[in-house]
Amino acid sequence: MSLTGWGRTAPTPATLVPVRDPADAAAALAARTPRGLLARGLARSYNDAAQNAGGQVLDMTTADRVLDVDLPAAEIEVEAGISLDRLMNLFVPMGWFVPVTPGTRYVTVGGAIAADIHGKNHHVAGTFSQHVAWLDLLTADGEVRRIGPDQDPDLFWATAGGMGLTGVILRARVRMKPIESSRIVVDTDRTPDLDSLMTLLTETDHLYDYSVAWIDCVARGARMGRSVLTRGRFARREELTPKQQADPLRYSGQVRLSAPGVFPPGLLNPATVAAFNEVWYRKSPRRKRDQLQTIGAFFHPLDGVGDWNRVYGPRGFVQYQFVVPFGQEDAMRRAMERISRSGHASFLAVLKRFGEGNPGMLSFPVPGWTLALDIPVVGGLAALLDELDELVVAAGGRVYLAKDPRVRPDLFEQMYPRLESFRDVRRRVDPEGVFTSDLARRLTL
Amino acid sequence: MIDALGSVGSLLLVGGTSDIAVATARRYLDERPLRVVVAARDTPRRSAVAEELRKAGGRVEVLDFDADDPGSPARMVAGAAASGDIDVAVVAFGQLGDADQLRTDAAAAAHLAQVNYVAAVSVGTELAGRMRTQGHGVIVALSSVAGERVRRSNYVYGSTKAGMDGFYSGLGDSLVGTGVSVLVVRPGFVRSKMTEGMPDAPLSTTPEAVAEAIVAGVRSGRHTVWVPGAMRWVMSGLRHTPRAIFRRLPF
Repeated sequence: MSLTGWGRTAPTPATLVPVRDPADAAAALAARTPRGLLARGLARSYNDAAQNAGGQVLDMTTADRVLDVDLPAAEIEVEAGISLDRLMNLFVPMGWFVPVTPGTRYVTVGGAIAADIHGKNHHVAGTFSQHVAWLDLLTADGEVRRIGPDQDPDLFWATAGGMGLTGVILRARVRMKPIESSRIVVDTDRTPDLDSLMTLLTETDHLYDYSVAWIDCVARGARMGRSVLTRGRFARREELTPKQQADPLRYSGQVRLSAPGVFPPGLLNPATVAAFNEVWYRKSPRRKRDQLQTIGAFFHPLDGVGDWNRVYGPRGFVQYQFVVPFGQEDAMRRAMERISRSGHASFLAVLKRFGEGNPGMLSFPVPGWTLALDIPVVGGLAALLDELDELVVAAGGRVYLAKDPRVRPDLFEQMYPRLESFRDVRRRVDPEGVFTSDLARRLTL
Repeated sequence: MIDALGSVGSLLLVGGTSDIAVATARRYLDERPLRVVVAARDTPRRSAVAEELRKAGGRVEVLDFDADDPGSPARMVAGAAASGDIDVAVVAFGQLGDADQLRTDAAAAAHLAQVNYVAAVSVGTELAGRMRTQGHGVIVALSSVAGERVRRSNYVYGSTKAGMDGFYSGLGDSLVGTGVSVLVVRPGFVRSKMTEGMPDAPLSTTPEAVAEAIVAGVRSGRHTVWVPGAMRWVMSGLRHTPRAIFRRLPF
């Protein structure tokens, strides 16, 4: 069947193999063709990371059991196909939250490790893989290896962020985050431009567990980078209203409505996006403190709308996310100028301040500023993004492998200085390149 | 892999020394570096083309291809795929022949059919097989408006292109759903080394314009393009012109 990522671009056909237990994955490995195989979770990567043209793709979402719960340690042992959505449904009522969540809870644990995802708490908690005690990896030789930061760390840090190219992640032990309530205490600040936003984040980001800014990439001139910054932390029980205190860990994560199947191309154009952004900015409070929000509203606003990726029309969209190190604020400014000048419509541009990086060889976050924005596929976009990449590389930055569907391979090599170490590990555990993907072929990972 | 925005990572030029093939490679290399496989007979021109494309930023590989040799297409396609997937293959080889000689020389006519049709069928079949395994790829077939309605002045050449055009159009339809597609390109009179010394025809074009149409056609996923675009409507008219009138037309 034909597969794409969340951006719905560049579909390729593959044989989809449901995996219910490790034996299914081992059988698929034994029956491999020269086109190889790849594990796929909920396919929320925006690009071709979970595709394998002409080969096998293992559907891991059918292996989604909780195998063990360690109460004193707040650790869980799960199969890789379980989603963060399911983990929240199971464990929030027990007082545990997932250690890291991206903007959607519809990702699997295996995918979270393979993309080494980050969330609004990166500046204090790092990436998802930093909360993994160990994982079981089916490698090309048919062995299942238990690896972690202390057990074969090279293979572990090649697998964390390794986009599924070292093997099939079967199980993992994850450290959860104890919470007293399911509400987040949120502070909201509106900032008139990029500089004031960066200053505010630099000075006060450490006071919050979670922070992210929505930024208007359409506004130009003095208003460029105007933004709505939301920051928060989980509420303590006594901070809840009396009614909420009766059921402090109440949680319901449900999709409220679904986007229609067909959207006309061009629905999102510079005019509609500018109008949307204007309304969003105006409706946000200038400054608000200690507002209580639900997990869904604070972390996953878009999960309220099923299949929202369809609004970009049949040609799909690209999510462009890059990071530039601290000290390269000017590069961020120039990139934003270039984007707003190009007129390529984008709402939902998001700016975040990253904390320390980790040893993951292809892990995306480095200390610095990251910007993510959606852009519908239109003519001329390739040249614009190539130009932005050059700016990002010159600043010592990089783009995110779970999102990028089009970076120039030679520029990619410059973005990830540990790529050769990653290739060394792959040569060791998978000399024939059995595990592969469209992404791997496109960038010669 | 052809990426989400239509950028190409590897290009196979079959008949890689043709002006249109070279112009297409150069057009792609203007956008970004890529792997280019030049398949052609071992001639000084091939070395010169390889050098030119290397200078333009290509990672160039050179392969032998001879349209007269029935074993050549299979070897060439296997060789091209040995170092990675083929994203786009341009089938650009072909000869014009001497229309006067072809009228009376059966061996020359059969040879032209071998090169322009038989070898093209063989190459297309090999490429399609390889790309079906890959699960992706685009075959660009350089046809000609001369094949759309064969005219008396060059009917041997025209008939070979008619056959080739029909083959690749049908091949494209047969590949729907496999991830592989075919783009049939129908240029009018192209001013190139193949037509050197011939008088210009109306709506004539250049290898660069054909290359531009190929890149745009691949990017937008089209199945047929005419170069220049207006040729489509001209040919549509000519296709429906009664034979008694068509054969009296001055070309």
